[in-house]
Amino acid sequence: MPEVTMNGALNEALRRSLADDERMLVFGEDVGRLGGVFRITDGLQQEFGERRVFDTPLAESAIAGVAVGLAMAGWHPVVEMQFDSFSYPALNQVVNHVAKYRNRTRGIVSMPIVVRMPVGGSVGAAENHSDSPEGYYAQTPGLKVVIPSSAVDAYALLRASIADPDPVVFLEPKSRYWVKEDGDLDAPGALPIGRARVVREGTDCTVIAYGAMVARALAAADRAAGQGTSVEVVDLRSLVPLDITTMAASVARTGRAVVVHEAPISYGPGAEVSARIVEECFDHLEAPVARVAGHDIPYPPATMEQHHVPTNERIMAAIARTVRY
Amino acid sequence: AVVRGIDPVEYLAFYRATWHGGMWDPMAHRFAPVCVPVASQIPHAVGLATGAMLDDAGTCALVYFGDGATSQGDFHEGCNWAGVFNVPVVFFCQNNQWAISMPVQGQTAVPIHRKAQAYGFPGVQVDGNDVLAVHAAVREAADRARSGGGPTLIEAVTYRIGAHSTADDASRYRSAGEVERWRELDPVARFRRRLHESGVANEELFASVDAEAKELVARVRAGVLATGPRPAGELFEWVYVQPPGTLERQRDEAAGDA
Repeated sequence: MPEVTMNGALNEALRRSLADDERMLVFGEDVGRLGGVFRITDGLQQEFGERRVFDTPLAESAIAGVAVGLAMAGWHPVVEMQFDSFSYPALNQVVNHVAKYRNRTRGIVSMPIVVRMPVGGSVGAAENHSDSPEGYYAQTPGLKVVIPSSAVDAYALLRASIADPDPVVFLEPKSRYWVKEDGDLDAPGALPIGRARVVREGTDCTVIAYGAMVARALAAADRAAGQGTSVEVVDLRSLVPLDITTMAASVARTGRAVVVHEAPISYGPGAEVSARIVEECFDHLEAPVARVAGHDIPYPPATMEQHHVPTNERIMAAIARTVRY
Repeated sequence: AVVRGIDPVEYLAFYRATWHGGMWDPMAHRFAPVCVPVASQIPHAVGLATGAMLDDAGTCALVYFGDGATSQGDFHEGCNWAGVFNVPVVFFCQNNQWAISMPVQGQTAVPIHRKAQAYGFPGVQVDGNDVLAVHAAVREAADRARSGGGPTLIEAVTYRIGAHSTADDASRYRSAGEVERWRELDPVARFRRRLHESGVANEELFASVDAEAKELVARVRAGVLATGPRPAGELFEWVYVQPPGTLERQRDEAAGDA
């Protein structure tokens, strides 16, 4: 089985999509000659030329706004926001236009745009380089929000996002970029956008996570198994569409649910997942739905981020609490 | 919009709150929907023109905005990007000297057209109330763009005679005298005089145009008043090409309640 990283998988997804779709463009800050600060777009400009893969002025609102105009002209922009919180200057364009242009034109002008950005912490980064902004985008009707947790899934989900006729905000957990995994990018069985995946089967408790938290949920599940608790782990893979069917089926079986995400807890995606579980699985629930998430604080400095980002211990404690309830 | 063949009734649908953006087909008429967030349409035009450039279409994009918009980041980012990539776009600023209650002196320390120099392309100021001067300026800029000469910023100096909206009380921030001085420079009346003095048109033509105008206005008024609300189901129709299951359920539930 070949070894892959999310970094390599995303690069391959961009490369193959550029080859398949001549109307696809890749642009953003430092994505051309440099190949991107995380090298996600490495080699693409050399292979596909400066007309289709190009560096832009340092202006996120223009990056998103120009993408809107390019989509109107029949192109398929795949733009990069260099870091999670650097996407905020582009919120006006993404929320007011990328998300709404098709509705505003009654279906005549679609926005087949992908806005890619590295997200999340645990990489010892400076301020404003470790945010988890999915909640802002997930609450914007018109956008899809996709977050891979592994290299192989990152490849499949980015390919699907680029091919999707709707605009997709594609969040890449930067702490997973360089993690080596056994995996085959061409393996069949890739799930479409909007489908969650049970990545570990179990009977006593369901842990629902996405992005970088899936690995931690799996680690906690393995340790819980050592203590006699069988934990099922569900990787959401996307917040919009949200696969309620898969997660509800799991919680209906186990009767217990723990939701994990890095974003601050209040008004976070976990609240939506929790509400859906209570609506769909109320009669099956043996305990309140637990949430393990970032605190309601600005993302901490690197020396203290471990107190904020959910750890295996905090996830295990929540599982124990829920199972004991 | 009318020049692009858009039915005024479809255009005014925006103001009747029938549908966001208005009801015309923006691709068929090559005329984008109404864009509300100030200046945010400017990078759109740059992108549209970039797309045409990439297709070697030989066309350009023309984007309108007011003096107030030139204070927004999107104006500067759009102009900067257009200058860097020599994009075939014409930036047309209708400097009507008021952004609700803010005079243009409160928007800029220098004449707006001079900002083009900062972004590497020509900026021209033109009498916004002189139909032929504006036409000439846009013609020149469009030809420059189409022939690969890059962007132009046109500052058309005009004046906002009316209030910003029905909720505005302009008397709080400007004198009646100032308004009257500009009323005398009304571009339509002025062009009518010029046509008459140059013998291009006579009273008979003006009479027929006036009659045609009255008829158009009556038809538009009737059309606008007859425009009822859209069916509620349309609220869900174009949000996504492939709607999430959650939205489909909401649509079905809403239809059930209707």
